[in-house]
Order: sequence, then C-alpha cells, then structure tokens
Amino acid sequence: MRHIISVILENEAGALSRVAGLFSARGFNIESLTVAATTDSTLSRMTIVSVGDDGIIEQIVKQLDKLIDVVKVVDLTATEHIERELLLAKISITSDTQVDVEAKLDQFNAKIIDAAEEVYIVELAGKSQKIKDFLSAFNAEQIIEVSRTGVTGVTGVCHKI
Amino acid sequence: MKLNGAQILVNSLKSEGVSHVFGYPGGAVLHIYDALNACEDIKHILVRHEQGATHGADGYARASGKCGVTLVTSGPGITNAVTGIATAHMDSIPMVIISGQVPSPLIGMDAFQEVDAVGITRSCVKHNFLIRDISEIAITIKKAFHIATTGRPGPVLIDIPKDITIAKMEVEEYPKTIEMRSYKSTIKASDHQIKKAAEMLANSKRPILYAGGGCIIGNSSKELREFTHMTGFPITQTLMGLGAYPMTDNQSLGMLGMHGTYEANMAMHGSDCVVAIGSRFDDRITGNLEKFCPTAKFIHIDIDPSQISKNVIADIPIVGQTKQVLQALIDQMKDKKLADISNWWSQIEEWRKVDSLAYKKSPGVIKPQTVIETLYEVTKGKAIVTSDVGQHQMWAAQYYLFDEPRQWINSGGLGTMGFGLPAAMGAKLAMPDRDVACVTGDGSIQMMLQELSTMLQYSTPVKIINLNNGYLGMVRQWQEFFYEKRYAMSYMEALPDFVKLAESYGHMGIRVEKEEDLKPALIEAFNQKEHTVFLDIVTDPSENVFPMIPAGGGHSDMLLAGRDEMVSKDETDFNAV
Ligand SMILES: Cc1cc2nc3c(=O)[nH]c(=O)nc-3n(C[C@H](O)[C@H](O)[C@H](O)COP(=O)(O)OP(=O)(O)OC[C@H]3O[C@@H](n4cnc5c(N)ncnc54)[C@H](O)[C@@H]3O)c2cc1C
Ligand SMILES: Cc1ncc(C[n+]2csc(CCOP(=O)(O)OP(=O)(O)O)c2C)c(N)n1
Repeated sequence: MRHIISVILENEAGALSRVAGLFSARGFNIESLTVAATTDSTLSRMTIVSVGDDGIIEQIVKQLDKLIDVVKVVDLTATEHIERELLLAKISITSDTQVDVEAKLDQFNAKIIDAAEEVYIVELAGKSQKIKDFLSAFNAEQIIEVSRTGVTGVTGVCHKI
Repeated sequence: MKLNGAQILVNSLKSEGVSHVFGYPGGAVLHIYDALNACEDIKHILVRHEQGATHGADGYARASGKCGVTLVTSGPGITNAVTGIATAHMDSIPMVIISGQVPSPLIGMDAFQEVDAVGITRSCVKHNFLIRDISEIAITIKKAFHIATTGRPGPVLIDIPKDITIAKMEVEEYPKTIEMRSYKSTIKASDHQIKKAAEMLANSKRPILYAGGGCIIGNSSKELREFTHMTGFPITQTLMGLGAYPMTDNQSLGMLGMHGTYEANMAMHGSDCVVAIGSRFDDRITGNLEKFCPTAKFIHIDIDPSQISKNVIADIPIVGQTKQVLQALIDQMKDKKLADISNWWSQIEEWRKVDSLAYKKSPGVIKPQTVIETLYEVTKGKAIVTSDVGQHQMWAAQYYLFDEPRQWINSGGLGTMGFGLPAAMGAKLAMPDRDVACVTGDGSIQMMLQELSTMLQYSTPVKIINLNNGYLGMVRQWQEFFYEKRYAMSYMEALPDFVKLAESYGHMGIRVEKEEDLKPALIEAFNQKEHTVFLDIVTDPSENVFPMIPAGGGHSDMLLAGRDEMVSKDETDFNAV
C-alpha cells in the first residue's frame, strides 16, 4: 500500500543523506520526497511517499525513528490527513486547441501563471491522483514539460504532529 | 585560559574517563597526537594497522563493558578502520572513533588523503559527526559517548578537520549532562505488556528462554539467572549470548541455531512459548522462517523497537532494557503458580541423550574439539576467550562452556576474520589479571598478524590457539556438503612456519602435532605469564562442525556427526508432551 510518512528532523547537513541512505541500504522504495525547514529553523520537515506491505512500512517508520537526527515520525496514512502536490507544466496551445485547453484548466482549477503565444505555464495543486488525471486529459504532444514536487501532507484539523 | 582544538579534544576524552586509545598517527591528526602525548592519564596503544585499532578497542569494550576509543588519520586511516567499525556495529558494541579530516577549506577539493569519512561510515555507525567549529568539540564528544553507550550501543564516529584542532579558544567547562530532543535513551517497558507476558509464561507447557547478546550488553546476567532458576524453564543462548547464563548449569541447553545443539533446536521447534531476551532472530538462528517454531507464541524483549517483529512477528513485544524487564518479570511471577512442565523436561532429556556434540577421535590426528576441551580443562573454564571466524569459532562456542558474561568475545554479526588477535590484545589490556586465549585458524590469523608486534610493545601476554587444518575450514565444509567436494580456493598451500614467525615477533611459539603433547603444551603456555605464546596445533583437516542445519532447513532438520542421513523429526514427537 501507498503510505505518506512525515518526518521532523534536525535541520543539519547530512540529515537528508541519512534518510536517503537508509532507504537505499534497506531496499525500501521512495516514490517521492519533499523537504524544507519548518517555522522552527532548526528543524526540517520531510514528507516521504513509499509503497510496501504493513511489515515493510512498520520497519521504515521504526528505522527512521532510530536515526539520531529524527525527532518524530508519523505515518500520515494511518490517521486523518490532508495531502497535496504541486505541478508546474508547460502546455502548448494553438489557435485550434486554446479553447479546449482553457476549458480543461478551468475544470481542474489550474492556474495560468505565465503565457506566450504558443505556450502556457500552469500550476495545479491537488492530490496525486488529481494531478495524474489532469495530465492525462492532454495529448502527449501538448505537454512540453512537467515538474512535480511530490507529495507533502499534514494531519487533519483534529491532530497535531 | 586558551587551548587549541586538539587539547580540548584530549581533555574531553579525559573527562569521559577514557583510559586507553587505540590508534595510528598521520598528517591530519598530528596536532591531536601532540596533545595526547602531553596527557598522562590516557594510554595510547600504537597498533600496526587501523583495523587492529578498531578491533582492539572493540575487544577492550566487550571485555570491560566500557566504551572503546579509536583514533585514526584521514583517508587511508579511516578506510582501514571501516571493517572494525562495521564489526562493532553489527554486534552493538559501544565505540567512539575519532578520525582526522583534511583542513576545512580543502574539504571537497579532492585534497591529499581526503575521503568522505561521514559518508563512507554512515551505514555502519550508530551516528556520526563532522565537526565544523572548535566550539563544537566538547559538546560533540559528550554526545558521541552518550549515544555510543546508551540505548542499543554502537559505534559513533567524529570526523574533525585538521585546522580545527589547531584553532584556539577560551576553555569552557566540559558539559556534565546532555539533552538531545531527537534521542531518548531511557525507555520504560510497559507494565501492561509485562503482565501479559507473565500470564502467558505461567500457562506455558513447553516454554523456552532464548537469550542473546542483549543480556550481556545490558549487564543483566544476574536477573537472567534469577528468572531462569525461579521459573525452572530451559534456556538456550545465541552465539552472542554465551555466558549470560552458565553453560554448565543443567537448565542450559547450549547454543541454538545453525550449529546449535540438538536439544536446543528441538526445544525451539517444539516450544509453545519462546521468550527472546535481547536476541534478534538472526537468520543463523531461524533458518527457514516458514519452518521456524511452528507451534510457538513469541514474547520479544529488546531495547530497539526496530528489532521487534522484523523477522518474526512478536505476540507480546516488550521494548525495554533486559535488566529492568527481567526484574519486572521476576516480580510478576514470584507468586504465580506455573504450569507443570515436567513432561517437557522429560522430552528435552530424551533429546539430550542424542549427545549431539559427541565426536569420534581417530588415532594419529588431533581433533579440534579435543583442543577446545583441553583448553577448557587447563584454564579451568575461567579464561577470556576471543575467536576469529570459521570452524574454530564454532568449536570454541560449542566446547568451551562459558559460565560468565564477557568471557566469550567474537564477531557474530559481521563474521570478521582477523578480529580475534587484536580483540584479545584489547581484552588483555582491559583485564590484565585474566588469562586471555585467542582461538583462531590458519586463515584468520594471517589477516591481523601484524598486531603481534603491538602485543610485544605493550606486553599483552595472550595465548594464541591456532587450529591449523591447512584449510579455510568453514569454506571447505560448505564445499564438501554443497559443492560435491569441489574445493575451490579453500586450501592454503603455503603456510608460514608459525613458530618461527611468533619468535621473530619476540614471542614464544610451540608446535603441537601429537595429542599427547597437547595438554603439556597448553599448560606450559599458560604458565608463561609474561609471554604471548603462539600454539600452532595441527588438527584433523577433514573435520566438520556438527550439528548443522543446512540452508533452507528448519530447527528439526539437523545434520549430526557420524550419521549420513539428516535427522528430521516431525511435530508429532513433541505434540505428545
Ligand atoms: C560462522 C558463523 C556461524 C554462526 N552460527 C551461529 C549459530 O549457529 N547460532 C547462533 O546463535 N549464532 C550464530 N552466528 C552468529 C549470528 O550471525 C548472529 O550474530 C547472532 O545469532 C546474533 O545474536 P543475538 O540474536 O544474540 O543478537 P546480537 O547481535 O547480540 O544483538 C543483541 C540484541 O539485543 C538488543 N539489546 C542490546 N542491548 C540491550 C539491552 N540492554 N536490553 C535489551 N535489548 C538489548 C539489541 O537491540 C539486539 O537486538 C554465527 C556467526 C558466524 C560468523
Ligand atoms: C574478512 C573475511 N573474509 C572472508 C570470510 C569468509 N569466511 C568465513 S569462514 C572462512 C574460513 C576461515 O578459515 P580459518 O581461519 O582457517 O578457520 P577454520 O574454518 O579452518 O577453522 C572464510 C574465508 C570472512 N568471514 N571474513
């Protein structure tokens, strides 16, 4: 199953490579990983998406917890949570397709953040599935370039990590 | 008063109570050596290879329970040390390794003798640090010792650039305590889980205690003995746990696992309740997981939550120190009425009668098992025994009956050939009044021979028991069993004259070729209190280690000595109990 694991860790050089090294050394898979400082600049927050059966996810959580730099680990998927991913995409437009493209952007609530004669740069935030659906709404030729951030997440309104 | 980084570092080690540092100098650590030279409280042991430094510190730590300390230079210094660090890591041994690094401005420039020490060691340390400023030295050393010695112990590396060791600052007092928000070493086991475990144990009809290295690391031999006596349960120990419970006691079934005794493995196979106490269900124990303990419930006591339900799902996990958990179990079970297990013991006695460690002597050759039995006799079972890796290691574990913790020192997890000799040196430095023997093989001993020179310099009289079978015996055994006797590269054609070799290093050497000379030679060796003695004992080249569970087998599938067929007992045997 797909799990979203949220990790609070010391904002120190090398902390990221400890986490990445742990995944490669133990053969765990990483689907995506995002990391940035928190409001406390001495701490970072990392969100990792991984796929595995319950035993593997349990090991991942325990092994992460064991890293000396890690302050807290939460498997978001095990509780109520919100997840989002950000997509930036360059989409080609022609006079023939412009209307259709704009309709799709509207439908998905995607925003045009820059435009030129034959191209839009659009931004879309949402669950990974929504982003996949959005991308598959276009032909391969229409999508010039795609950059996704990977998932980030928080526990629901009733929880605090 | 202003001190330089090297002086602060040495003072910090002093504040940690460090008595011995095992090391080897080089450019990046010269300032540290200069400061160390001026310090009278710390004895530096100049090894002959950095791997010897880490194994030496490791042996010192295992024998004494204290933290081992190693000091090496950058580049090849630290890469040479990696094998020893990984060895300590696999067996959860507390160690602090200080490695010099190129000066800060040169880091990342492919400078002379630069390697990414923190990167290279990341996966084989409990934690590591790169010091970036002189003000971090004392606090980092405090943290390193704290992390290395608490919780599940392990090696911690501190990489320190040369420029920081010569920078100066006003000295501050060494921190007395340390708080780390990301590292909590004190874990109190759940009372609820302990009550549940006590309940399950009281009702178990076929219980077995399976004690491991965690009982020795956690200094809980006393509690383990009390608990075992109180319950009357049978107990088996892993290779790393030997001595936590006296092997000469009747409740002890000996070692379990791949080369464990018949009774220990059969009892695991037949048990209805297995209590893992500081042991981690290693694959050398479980064999084929599908065939492992088919009728048992598991209680698993471990300080490291990631060990629990890793290989075997625990029915009752208990995260905590063996010492505290065993004490709590004793308190819980004191007044409980336990199920009658006399039938279980009768069954175990039947298995014992198989006498799985029996072996046949043949005239004209010395059996390696006889050597260990004689060593036991001559040392009255009291020596500290280190070993290398191979058949000799297994024979030492099987035939020397360890009664005390920290008496048996070997590399179980990584299985590092070359460990035995420097570890014996470290153990002798920690316990100068004890007899120390290093049981080794003609292959392993050649991996760290150079430390014979260190042992002369620091007068660490150790007795080297070389079971010389002319082969990489353990490899040869596998080739005999599983590769139709195709002995690829397991024969050593050109062995040195070990007696002359020992003599050239300034030690004594004795060659033993006949069984009647064995005991007198051992007595002579142990009478030489001031000397390291190298006993080169020619043993039967074709002898194999039994019992053996072949790959893919379960505990009831054992090859026993002198029987062509594999003994395979199925479950009906013990279900009757
Ligand atoms: C050639 C060869 C053959 C081998 N054959 C065998 C064999 O037949 N049988 C065998 O048993 N082994 C054998 N081994 C060794 C094997 O590879 C493992 O090293 C060994 O089985 C592990 O022992 P352990 O389970 O006691 O764990 P250890 O490696 O000793 O680990 C200790 C465990 O206790 C925990 N712990 C540490 N401190 C505490 C504390 N204070 N409180 C609570 N928990 C704590 C740790 O977290 C860890 O999980 C062999 C090795 C070699 C090289
Ligand atoms: C550094 C290292 N290299 C290789 C091995 C694989 N290995 C395990 S046992 C063994 C043979 C050991 O031979 P020897 O020391 O002569 O002991 P014996 O088995 O003959 O008693 C080898 C090569 C190892 N454990 N360690």
